[in-house]
Amino acid sequence: MDKLLKVLSENAPIDLAKVAKAAKLTEKQVAAKLKELERSGLYHGCTAILDDAAYDKEQVRALIEVRITPRREDGFDQVARRIAKFPEVSDLALVSGSYDLLLTVRGSSLREVANFVAAKLATIDGVLSTSTSFQLKKYKESGHMMEDDEEYERLKVCP
Amino acid sequence: MSGSKSVRKARVARHISALPPSGIRKFFDLVSTMDEVISLGIGEPDFTTPWTIRESGIYSIERGHTSYTSNLGMLPLRREICNYLARDYHLDYHPEKECIVTVGVSEALDIAIRAITEPGDEIIYTSPSFVSYPAEITMAHGVPVPVATKCENGFAPDAAAIEKAITPKTKAILVNFPCNPTGATSSGKALKQLADVVIRHDLLLISDEIYSELTYDETHVSIATLPGMRERTIFLHGFSKAFAMTGWRIGYACAPADLIDAMKKIHQYAIMSAPTVAQEAALEALQHGNEAKEAMRASYQERRDVFVGGLNEIGLDCVMPHGAFYAFPSIRKSGLSSEEFAEKLLAKEHVAVIPGSAFGPGGEGFVRCSYATGLEELEEALRRIGRFVGKAARK
Repeated sequence: MDKLLKVLSENAPIDLAKVAKAAKLTEKQVAAKLKELERSGLYHGCTAILDDAAYDKEQVRALIEVRITPRREDGFDQVARRIAKFPEVSDLALVSGSYDLLLTVRGSSLREVANFVAAKLATIDGVLSTSTSFQLKKYKESGHMMEDDEEYERLKVCP
Repeated sequence: MSGSKSVRKARVARHISALPPSGIRKFFDLVSTMDEVISLGIGEPDFTTPWTIRESGIYSIERGHTSYTSNLGMLPLRREICNYLARDYHLDYHPEKECIVTVGVSEALDIAIRAITEPGDEIIYTSPSFVSYPAEITMAHGVPVPVATKCENGFAPDAAAIEKAITPKTKAILVNFPCNPTGATSSGKALKQLADVVIRHDLLLISDEIYSELTYDETHVSIATLPGMRERTIFLHGFSKAFAMTGWRIGYACAPADLIDAMKKIHQYAIMSAPTVAQEAALEALQHGNEAKEAMRASYQERRDVFVGGLNEIGLDCVMPHGAFYAFPSIRKSGLSSEEFAEKLLAKEHVAVIPGSAFGPGGEGFVRCSYATGLEELEEALRRIGRFVGKAARK
């Protein structure tokens, strides 16, 4: 992956001046508030929205549904935390419905993701089953459309 | 004269030949030939219609709703319009008898004027005004009578000046607050005094309130809510500005039943009914478009604060516009006429503004700048205008 994109995808710096202007605060106030939000656990950093297919055709993302056996002492937490520690896992949430955990796994090839599922994920004690869907095309992420509408020219002057 | 073109009389009616071409049209042609222009000349929202509204237009077509509606417009839409006016404007209109859905507020204006005007009737309107007003009155064989609003009064209607212009031939007064091009609003005393004049002289009032949702710093008051005014007011409104729906061409008028009935006659012969797809989209706008409408309003307000603040900083005096999305700064200090100012600014700095004179006699000495454009473009436009004004001052 391109170095710049890698930095952006891990922790993109915030443009304090822009944020301050938009929020009608001073840069100092924004910096202080961010620290406070970080301390309280509300703010976890800022990552760029990237269309990985656009810069690396081999890059794959898979959504994996995982069923697990909850434990008497801490329910789903222990297994979920264990799975979350793998760097391949970019997102993980406990969900209601016919499975328990929904993961997003990223890899540089299909084989890499398949290996991760077979060798690491499925073998974890407590994991009952996995179901893997490979992402084919991304249309929207975090509220952003991945494709812009075609440019539509308005009249330059009108009453 | 070419033989094939000869006709017994002039081919084009004289009152149409005599209409001046729109001052905006001339500017449009000029701007169209140039690249890299920042245009502050756009009299429409820079937002695309909110998706939920667009989607319901698509759904309307998918379901095959492609026929005419009743002349007055779909009853569910008229009901929703009347509910909306009751809730947000404290206006009480009957959806079956006192409301008509039109092809934009432009058609509503046209049929309102045609419904009440007899040849030679005078209609007073405040100037500077929307470019169509005098032309619409003329096309209805009426006589347009402009009465200037003044910068020093914040371009609010001047009831005393209006009263002076009243003659035995005066039929109606036409007002537009919030105003295109000045951004002026009208409330409180000025509105009350205007209502008093209308009642005292037993006139009709056409109130074009197309920008009313885009009111900042204060609450919009419709003149039709003042005592004695409902029975003599034709209230005009539409979806173009607040819901960013200009291209859908959908508006409406509300008025006492006799007036709506007369307007319906013209509408049924000339138009039949407003586009069905636009009517269904408009219904969605009223039912589920409020949040998007508020977000757009807040965005215009933010841009207004930046832009008008900026204009005053670079020495173009501009009264704070409390509505619409226009700033109307005075350019008198430049020593140029408003047309010269706009032409030179376009040629030298590639910023398009509209000369105030295009909006009638009251507009000379001002230019209209629409701030319905991106914040970064507005900031760049301010830099360029600042540079231009500085040079003009040193000249």
